[in-house]
Amino acid sequence: MSARVGIVVFPGTNCELDVASAVERLGGVPETLWHADADVRGADAVVVPGGFAHGDYLRTGAIARFSPVMDAVARFAAAGGPVAGICNGFQVLTEAELLPGALQKNAGLKFLCETVECRVETNRSSLTALASPGSVLHLPINHFEGAYVCDEATLRRLRDDDRVVLRYVRNPNGSLDDIAGISSKGRNVVGLMPHPERASDALLGSTDGVVLLRSLLETASQGAAVD
Amino acid sequence: MRYEARVEITHLPGIADPQGATIERALPALGYDNVTEVRVGKSIRLVVDASDEASARAQVDEMCHRLLANPVIEAYAIELTELVA
Repeated sequence: MSARVGIVVFPGTNCELDVASAVERLGGVPETLWHADADVRGADAVVVPGGFAHGDYLRTGAIARFSPVMDAVARFAAAGGPVAGICNGFQVLTEAELLPGALQKNAGLKFLCETVECRVETNRSSLTALASPGSVLHLPINHFEGAYVCDEATLRRLRDDDRVVLRYVRNPNGSLDDIAGISSKGRNVVGLMPHPERASDALLGSTDGVVLLRSLLETASQGAAVD
Repeated sequence: MRYEARVEITHLPGIADPQGATIERALPALGYDNVTEVRVGKSIRLVVDASDEASARAQVDEMCHRLLANPVIEAYAIELTELVA
């Protein structure tokens, strides 16, 4: 059975259709979840897509984390369900404390819109299960606040537990330890700044994001978190 | 009782502040060669009804912790003033 992917939409989210289209092309069934929804409508995986949820007022993701749907996403994640936060979605997941750390303004204070090289650091996550560790993916980034930051103890834990999922080959934004994506302790929740959905068709210039989205769909249809 | 709270939110020590760094680099261009340690933060003002100052402070502190500041990267300081009707 094809995996049903719930795509969370807050006021100000703007990448939900890109994600839905990529999911559909890969054989998944996308379903939009509105921020006021109280559940994830039986989804097998959840994507929190990019954009500017609630205008990014106060801090990116700060208001979005209090949306009713986030309680449902937290329950889904706690039960081991695969959750991917892309760009603004990553920021929302850190604010919601489903992932540690925070995303800060880029070191150069510039909004970055370019394709970067990201190295897959582990295949032990819901988003990289099918990817080869060490492989380099060309993925677009599109953000102003993408510099990952956390305290030393957290960084040590992320490294020791193999939870740094993606690293930039050339750090574009001042991110701590070149981190482009991390996973939760259970490896089912992943946040990343690059946009795999925008690298999911030859027409878009790269298909390197496919392996990530396919991993998510695969994990979803297994109905359990990877480890 | 009504209290005005002014919340000042700053980066935790050791957290990069690219805006502060940029301003610090810009000031010498205007002749201010003697400025260091520029940090950019946020200021939030709100009015809270509470039975007394301790209660007002406790509530604002909780608001800071839960929403106004992100304790992972930010510190905050609260200044309370009683508003006289």
